[in-house]
Amino acid sequence: MDYVLLIEQLLNGFQLGIILFLMAAGLTLVFGIMDLVNLAHGSLFMIGAFVGGTLALATGSFLLGAVLMVPAMFVIGILIETIALRTLYRRSHLDQVLATFGLILFFNEATRLIWGPEGLVIPLPDFLEGTVALGAGITYPLYRVVIIGIGLLVALGLYLLVAKTRFGMLVRAGASNRTMAGALGVNIPVLFTLVFGIGAVLAGLAGLIITPITQAAIGMGEDVLILAFVVIVIGGIGSVRGAFIAAVLTGVIDTMGRSFLDLLLLLVLPANAAEAAGPALSSMLIYILMAGILFFRPQGLFPPRGATAVQ
Amino acid sequence: MLKRIVGATAIVACISTSASADIKIGFVTTLTTPAAVIGRDMRDAVELALEHIDYRMGQEAVEVIYGDDEFNAQKGKQATERLVLRDNVDLVTGYIWSNVLLASAPVVLNADKILISANAGPSPMAGRRCHRNFFNISWQNDQTPMALGELLNQESIQTLYVVAPNYVAGQNMVAGVERSFTGEVVGKDMTVWPSQRDWSAELSKIKAAGPEAVFMFYPGPAGPAFVKQYQQAGLIETIPLFSVYTFDSISLPLFQDAGIDSVLGSKMTQFWAPDMDNEQNRKFVAAFRDKYGRYPSFYAAQSYDSIFFIKSAVEGVNGNIQDLDGMRAALRKAEFPSVRGTFRMGSNHFPIQNFYERRVVRDTEGNWTTSVGPVVLENHQDPYASECEMEG
Repeated sequence: MDYVLLIEQLLNGFQLGIILFLMAAGLTLVFGIMDLVNLAHGSLFMIGAFVGGTLALATGSFLLGAVLMVPAMFVIGILIETIALRTLYRRSHLDQVLATFGLILFFNEATRLIWGPEGLVIPLPDFLEGTVALGAGITYPLYRVVIIGIGLLVALGLYLLVAKTRFGMLVRAGASNRTMAGALGVNIPVLFTLVFGIGAVLAGLAGLIITPITQAAIGMGEDVLILAFVVIVIGGIGSVRGAFIAAVLTGVIDTMGRSFLDLLLLLVLPANAAEAAGPALSSMLIYILMAGILFFRPQGLFPPRGATAVQ
Repeated sequence: MLKRIVGATAIVACISTSASADIKIGFVTTLTTPAAVIGRDMRDAVELALEHIDYRMGQEAVEVIYGDDEFNAQKGKQATERLVLRDNVDLVTGYIWSNVLLASAPVVLNADKILISANAGPSPMAGRRCHRNFFNISWQNDQTPMALGELLNQESIQTLYVVAPNYVAGQNMVAGVERSFTGEVVGKDMTVWPSQRDWSAELSKIKAAGPEAVFMFYPGPAGPAFVKQYQQAGLIETIPLFSVYTFDSISLPLFQDAGIDSVLGSKMTQFWAPDMDNEQNRKFVAAFRDKYGRYPSFYAAQSYDSIFFIKSAVEGVNGNIQDLDGMRAALRKAEFPSVRGTFRMGSNHFPIQNFYERRVVRDTEGNWTTSVGPVVLENHQDPYASECEMEG
């Protein structure tokens, strides 16, 4: 096998994993700590792309737009949490699913009203265009390298925040046992709001950094959301470390499936059957992975210590 | 409650407006989702055509009712059902997406009404599932890529890599190119449609395979996204990109704004271009640009044609549109001024027409557009016509 192609595909998978991680990190904290099924997390991905993109176009600088997006998304996240989601914590999961699905429709329509149906195109600054040589004959788009770098930095920052700070300790306590943490005097509502705000920033960041590649479109978050749910279930709900490992695993397996599965199938199937089965099977691959992992570890790979199974 | 009142008013409004028209045409296209840019082009062209015929076909007043398929086969079928069952339209046209058309066609045909596709040309409708009440005014999906395969032969391309979305039109496009291309297809990727918008894995494979050319088909807003990534991967300078239905007046302004100059000169094949020299086309393109301030796309051209096509049939039966035999006979003749020039209807109700080379150019005002070149396939009939056994 061509090792250059193999390494490039690993990088592609890793980059997809990074995007999934940024989505899943917020989702897993919200689900794990607040026990809230938030389908509208995909909308935050979209809002991040549109708001960040608009800021980038208005300021004329992609970087400045990205920096300004962070406080904007934090505020938007806090507003959504206090206005719409706070009332849902005590309700059943079905109510939460219905209400947050309604939010998806609301945000999609709001985006259409504000930005129009054609979406948003954000050009990359010139210094991020082009490819970079990584040695050994591997050239890779520079911007995708940057995405991987940003993702790793965020992962590191999040790890330090969760593992080394007092805030992180409270978050972990909340994820392990919400009632007990509350009884010990942790101000759970404020904690929830802050966590949701951070989740919104991460999802918005994911949406914004992928937009120069895919363009911003209404409903762009929904496909990523499904993958993000797969990631948090594999990783263990409430675990940021699990989300990171599961996201990279999912990204790499999905990309590898798309790249090499049809070649593998050619070994056992005639050409036209392999051609037809390849795309179908490769899009199923991560769900098969999820089913396999859940069979052996029903709580996912890294359930938060002391957490009970999802109620 | 408010919703009910609004709904009721809307229905009343529908009934009152429809009562005034003698002929009601249902037009299904995409009016929401990012693909709505295509639907907008089609609707604009239909409205222009209605203006040009003064909202009359013969003596009859005509009205067009639009349905939104939401870029989804199921929703498209529901929109068709509403048009056929609730609005009771006389015939149905439109349809961008082959999968939407395939899902919706039975609704119209079972109601014994005439269905005219203004864009989608999936192979089943041209072959085994051809129907006496179904007509296509654009092309069969395989034809344009067959012309492209021929163009690749003319350019002496030996090795080709193919990327297309994995749905019926994508499969037809790939089959079309493979039908006529005599070189070797060194790689082929069928991607998830419409959700996949990142082609990193496919682009890496293209780079590793090192073909002489790449053929791709991504309609609507996915096209510019693909080309941008193709450029970001550093491929656009080294491996020429051939496409069908990707560079049009919808996507070219986006490329121009993004400054992707390497798109200029890019070659494709098509049955029509904005600068085709015939009277109907000159009138259409000039009026469209005048009214909407942009070039019409081929989607718009076909939609414009569809109204004149229907008009020719209505006039053929002297306004008695219940005379389906007469309508069908008139539609088979296809005697109307088409923006593509002359063509005739094949036995399976798909056009037999020329396909031309088309390339991306800068017009005299600096706008990017497409310009027609030499004929690649002359009087071409789709390969499925022989499978069609039409009754009646």
